[in-house]
Amino acid sequence: MLFSPFRGGVHPDGFKELTSQKPILQAPIPEQLFIPLRQHAGNDALPIVSAGEKVLKGQLLARGGSGLSAPVHAPTSGHIREIKPVTAAHPSGMECNAIILIADGDDSPIERAPFMEDPFGMPPEVLSKKIADAGIVGMGGASFPAAVKIVAASKHRIETILINGGECEPYLTADDLLMRERAEKIVLGARLIRYTASARKISIAIEDNKKEAISAMQEACKSFDYISVVVVPSRYPMGSAKQMIQAVTGQEVPAGGRSSDVGVLMHNVATAYAIAECLTEHRPLISRIVTISGGAVACPQNVEALIGTPVGELIQCCGGTTEEPSRLLLGGPMMGQIISTDHVPLIKGVAGVLALKSKEIPSPSASPCIRCGRCVSACPMGLVPLEMANHSRQQDFEGAIDYGLSDCILCGSCAYVCPSHIPLVHYFQYAKDKISEQKSSQRHMDYVRGLSESKRIRLEKEASEKAAAKAAKASKRREKKTPLKVVED
Amino acid sequence: MMPVIISSPHAHDNSSVNRVMLHVCFALTPCTVYGIYLFGFPALNLFLVTCISAILWESICLKLLGTPQSRLRDNSALLTGWLLALTLPPWAPWWIGVGGSFIAIVIGKQLYGGLGQNVFNPAMLARVALLISFPVQMTTWPGSGSGFSSIDFAQGLSITLGQEAIPDGLTGATSLGMLKTELIAGTSAEQIIENNFSLKDAFFGNTSGSLGETSSLLILAGGLWLLLMRIISWHIPIALLGLTALLSTFFHWLDPARYADTGFHLVSGGMMLGAFFIATDIVTSPSSKRGQLLFGAGCGAVDFSIRTWGGFPEGMGFAVLFMNALTPLIDTYLRPRVYGRNFRGQSLKATSSKNAERGKP
Repeated sequence: MLFSPFRGGVHPDGFKELTSQKPILQAPIPEQLFIPLRQHAGNDALPIVSAGEKVLKGQLLARGGSGLSAPVHAPTSGHIREIKPVTAAHPSGMECNAIILIADGDDSPIERAPFMEDPFGMPPEVLSKKIADAGIVGMGGASFPAAVKIVAASKHRIETILINGGECEPYLTADDLLMRERAEKIVLGARLIRYTASARKISIAIEDNKKEAISAMQEACKSFDYISVVVVPSRYPMGSAKQMIQAVTGQEVPAGGRSSDVGVLMHNVATAYAIAECLTEHRPLISRIVTISGGAVACPQNVEALIGTPVGELIQCCGGTTEEPSRLLLGGPMMGQIISTDHVPLIKGVAGVLALKSKEIPSPSASPCIRCGRCVSACPMGLVPLEMANHSRQQDFEGAIDYGLSDCILCGSCAYVCPSHIPLVHYFQYAKDKISEQKSSQRHMDYVRGLSESKRIRLEKEASEKAAAKAAKASKRREKKTPLKVVED
Repeated sequence: MMPVIISSPHAHDNSSVNRVMLHVCFALTPCTVYGIYLFGFPALNLFLVTCISAILWESICLKLLGTPQSRLRDNSALLTGWLLALTLPPWAPWWIGVGGSFIAIVIGKQLYGGLGQNVFNPAMLARVALLISFPVQMTTWPGSGSGFSSIDFAQGLSITLGQEAIPDGLTGATSLGMLKTELIAGTSAEQIIENNFSLKDAFFGNTSGSLGETSSLLILAGGLWLLLMRIISWHIPIALLGLTALLSTFFHWLDPARYADTGFHLVSGGMMLGAFFIATDIVTSPSSKRGQLLFGAGCGAVDFSIRTWGGFPEGMGFAVLFMNALTPLIDTYLRPRVYGRNFRGQSLKATSSKNAERGKP
């Protein structure tokens, strides 16, 4: 290809045909929902309900915590059984706090404000507050609170609202189906984001392998001259913010910077859809469309499911599995994470649940690096993965940073093409964790040192003040020569 | 299901070291088959001896290191032996092949830490060591008309075993060797080439030379296959051939009596094999594209200098080893530009002003 949208990248097999030709299925309401308090980047949400309490669909269950956080709402009506740790969507099978909701099956909603006819008549601040209150987070995977992103971006001059319909991960078709079935609401959401962030135009970027989605979106936005559908080549990691911005605008986001540094605010199509639902129908983020696929699933398809539904039940509503899956994943195969059990609940940022057969997953045996440089060619960030891995393995994290570790987006393109099957991303993840551990323990040490230092200063000051007071009193005593009324402290 | 921690990605392009090596072997097949056809039984013997002994040396090293023998299945030793065989005089005795593969595998590769750890191209290290140690055996060339028809199996065997010297009528000279000796004797380069060299023969391979380097056409075909399969990229071969063409054109224009022309340089000796199969060795060449361009150009310049002004008629082996030594340096300084940073690694400037006047919705 002569025109290169970005450097490097890979072309993994799509497997999208498994699910792309079936309409979105409404998943039934499960008996129990496990709603994690942290489904977003940042701190746990703080529960405001207690065990035994009856809740209605859409009712606030936990408000956003301090710092970066997002509230969570009841996906259906029922009562709270308890709030306790459940298995989190994490490869180690570690636990996270979750609200366990027993559904009553009525699905009766909390009273909502009437349909908002003209959200464009509201001040942008009000809209971004509503988006924050609805618990909307980035639904492409990063799970960054959407309102925070919009508010931060609107401090810059935003030229383009970039709506990400890339969906470059193999197997996943949730965004594809959403664009085909609900194009108009995505466009409405995009327009609302544009209004809230005071941006100029909207670009909806879609990979060229989604022909139907492209025409549906073109149809939906043809009456708005400031919206354009940009067809981008299908190449992983097109859906990554940095690469997509480069493909669409030709600009690179400065290292360590944000998309808004180049005048772009990017949101996933599913996020735009959730924002439209929130700002017109006052619906908080309580469900999402998720691709249930993989060779072990009997009838792979996209389902619209309530947040908190155990993924095992989602697989059940796609006919269950035809064989014991070798690997269960949340997300796509390139960046998704392995889960140890199907009790893990669906959370806001998960676009896919994959149950893969053994022949769908790569062999785990690694051999020595032959320095072939395929990882260097594949890296969309221009890094040197083989050296980063070498240095990480030797615990030389500064060396790894020197070869680009801090710019790594963990997309896995390098490991995908490595003929030696070296788990490069594993090394990078490890090194990044270690570095942040070192940094936080450094911060902790600095803090403790600061405390003890200020204590020492305080004590010294007190001691010197005491001594000074004593001296002053002694001299007074000598002057007056009256030993009466002397109070020693 | 067992809880296991396996990092993403959970997909792979199904490439493997074994497959990379086999692709290279496959690409070498045409010129190898042609070389054996051209030089007969002794060439076949030498090829087999070199490849098999390379695998045996590798196996012995793996055993001594306590590494499982299954590592042999990556076929890297086979490829090293194969490449070495192609750069040897086709009628060299068996011990050249066995000794050469010892130098390549044991000294050139395993002593450095095994696959991927060696600084120098093992095959070239072996070839150069042999050339310096055994100049007679390494510069005795059979003529191009010495195939299966002129030597039978028994004769071929005794040549391989070193019991029989090459019959006088069957020896030849490489065009590069001819050029060097005749230039010293005072003949002009133009004349030497006109009397002793045919561009067509050299291109198709009907000439004296190492086992696998005679046919530029077949090597080119293999090289294109590697490019097509993305085993190698174009940067090293193009830089190498490009700079050689540039230098030879310039000097030939300067003084045609002293300097051979471009076509002669491009199809003679180890030029094509070096450009597509030796300099592109993935372990010992730089990993960035900019580095590869510099590396290729460096190989071309050093080779041209040795051919033109040095004591040896051909310098590809030396050139590759010289640039191999520079590879770590090149890899340190010529890295790809990182996204969002300039070439010096500094962050790019933001283009959107902060707190600017808000645009109208």
